[in-house]
Amino acid sequence: MSIEAKKIEQDDALLALIKKMVETPGPSGQEQLIRAAILEEIQGSADEIRTDAMGNLIARKGSKQPNGLRIMISAHMDEIGLMVTHVDENGFSRFIPIGGVSPLTCIGGRVIFMNGQRGVIGCERLEPNALPTLEKLFIDVGTTSREDCPVKVGDVCGFERPFLDLGKHLVAKSMDNRISVVVAIAALRTLQASPHEVYFVFSVQEEVGLRGSATAAYGVDPDVGLAVDVTRTGDTPRTTKMEVALDKGPAIKVRDSSFIADPRVVDWMIATAKAADIPYQMEVLEAGGTDGRSIQLARAGVPAGCLSIPCRYIHTPSEMVSRADFEDAIRLLVELLSREVKLG
Amino acid sequence: MSSQKQPSMQLTPEIGAQQVELLARLCNAMAVSGDEQEVRQIVLDEIQPYCDQVEVDGLGNVLAMHVGSQAQKVRVMIAAHMDEVGFMLTNDEGEGVFSFETVGGIDPRQLVGKAVIVGREHVPAVIGAKPIHLTTAEERKKALKVEELRIDLGPEGSSKAKVGDRATFATQLEALEPSIRAKALDNRLGVINLIELLRHAPENIDLLAAFTVQEEVGLRGARVAAYRFDPQIGMAIDATPAHDLPAYDVDVENTRYNTKLDHGPAIYLMDGATISDRRLAEWLMQTAEAEGIPYQIRQPNPGGTDAGAIHRARAGVPSISVSVPVRYAHSAASLIRQEDWANTLKLVYHALTRLTPEILS
Ligand SMILES: [Zn+2]
Ligand SMILES: [Zn+2]
Repeated sequence: MSIEAKKIEQDDALLALIKKMVETPGPSGQEQLIRAAILEEIQGSADEIRTDAMGNLIARKGSKQPNGLRIMISAHMDEIGLMVTHVDENGFSRFIPIGGVSPLTCIGGRVIFMNGQRGVIGCERLEPNALPTLEKLFIDVGTTSREDCPVKVGDVCGFERPFLDLGKHLVAKSMDNRISVVVAIAALRTLQASPHEVYFVFSVQEEVGLRGSATAAYGVDPDVGLAVDVTRTGDTPRTTKMEVALDKGPAIKVRDSSFIADPRVVDWMIATAKAADIPYQMEVLEAGGTDGRSIQLARAGVPAGCLSIPCRYIHTPSEMVSRADFEDAIRLLVELLSREVKLG
Repeated sequence: MSSQKQPSMQLTPEIGAQQVELLARLCNAMAVSGDEQEVRQIVLDEIQPYCDQVEVDGLGNVLAMHVGSQAQKVRVMIAAHMDEVGFMLTNDEGEGVFSFETVGGIDPRQLVGKAVIVGREHVPAVIGAKPIHLTTAEERKKALKVEELRIDLGPEGSSKAKVGDRATFATQLEALEPSIRAKALDNRLGVINLIELLRHAPENIDLLAAFTVQEEVGLRGARVAAYRFDPQIGMAIDATPAHDLPAYDVDVENTRYNTKLDHGPAIYLMDGATISDRRLAEWLMQTAEAEGIPYQIRQPNPGGTDAGAIHRARAGVPSISVSVPVRYAHSAASLIRQEDWANTLKLVYHALTRLTPEILS
């Protein structure tokens, strides 16, 4: 096979992996399907795999050499979703959000429950010019009474929208954070000689408050931690100002509203990107949080940072990332984990 | 400390006159977040004979342990917060009049004209406001803010109170079959249920009982208690609002009731602080069905219980909450059904007796 043909085959495999990851439902607290899907992909590449009490999937690769560290990489595998609060006499289900869900992006959307049941989201009549609130919305699963409604209080659904390959850009309802899950899987598979003991954590319940990574970090007790997550961009018409743009490389987080990345970790990431000639951009995010915070605050404290994948339209059914950024993120993560780390 | 433990009572715990009397003492006591001494003392007196170990930790939590006699035990932490919402005196304005702030979630609209008690001596006082004779129609349309209200102890009370003292509603418990009306049913119901569970502790588990402080101001006591106990399973037993009055159901179906009275213990699947472990939810529902105990799923809603702190302790603890439905929670007088209380205790007790380590595999 020519190098060219090999590359195309690898690319197709990666795209298939992205499709599988973004289309598997897994709202916070209901990560069983996505966890199983990830496990399938990493079995054989890790030295040890376990699921902890909270449901975090934790894969170790390598063991700590004299010049190595114990490093925790955290990519949350949960996504936003909905939980049913009430089924009315006509079979319509009211719900509350799991994570940050905007009513504007719900109307007309389709959902899939964890048992495979599908439904659509409708809205009550609104006053003229009024914006919808989540209380005005309901899920219609195509039944006409409470008695024959297959959905009950407490049932959980995710949004349903197929993966879309636009060439340079890729779109899905759960690029946050499945694109980072794929980055972590690819790095785990690629990583060869490393002085470090690397724990790849596919964390749960990030979208409801960085919960899984907090307990995972306690369990792993790392020397250094990195979250891998998406970050918003400022490159769309009339949006809130922000430096980050698609296609300019993965972003190195300096701060978000949940934590300040350890400056030594930031320097390490910049130096590595420069040395390997990987494009990167600096990220200062005004609102938003990542697993970096919970790793940083674990036990007696951990130097922590975050590798971000720039993403447009976060928490909508059409989150968009750049294919080049995604590939560069994998390269950067592998570079970061392959060499000795000296935090200033 | 270790003590000469009495064998736990074999029979299923039940609610009788003795329990109602204890609940009255617990509800009438004052334990506004941060100063839980009065309830803590009652708890210590009640549980001492039934525990292998009892301690009061650095924050004031009562941590009691009953070690089961069987092999293959699960370490289960059950938390019931001792504290209640209330007030703290902030400024002495003379003549026994104090400005105050609320502690925990209280709707200021419910305060005007309420009788309260102040400090460890329970000095009687009132939250006063201008009487109807003197107010205008316009004034009566507006809700008064906390800054506009005062706690008035009268000149005779001024020497008995100081800035920093807590105050709470003066309501005394009334048992009105089939209901009970009292203040602080959130969460003295959890406290008394946990006392009863210690008295009837199943031998197939290690029961790690935490009577926690400062839940109402942010699950603070449970956080350190869970660190200390390092349990395998966590459960908060608490009280949760029931917003089920017929009035809310008149025109359109009431879709936001949280829970309903007379529908049994409320099992949580999600609140603002916790996503319940589904294995534990199944375990509780299966227990209820097997034992013929009515139960309801609490509508997934914001709000939180001690489970929110417990499940995040150390490397993580699968956790869940079960509450007694309570009308008018966090007010001067809340209302429950004795049946709901009894069934909540029954459900948790039977669930514990059925618990095996397999639940976590
Ligand atoms: Zn994310
Ligand atoms: Zn409570």
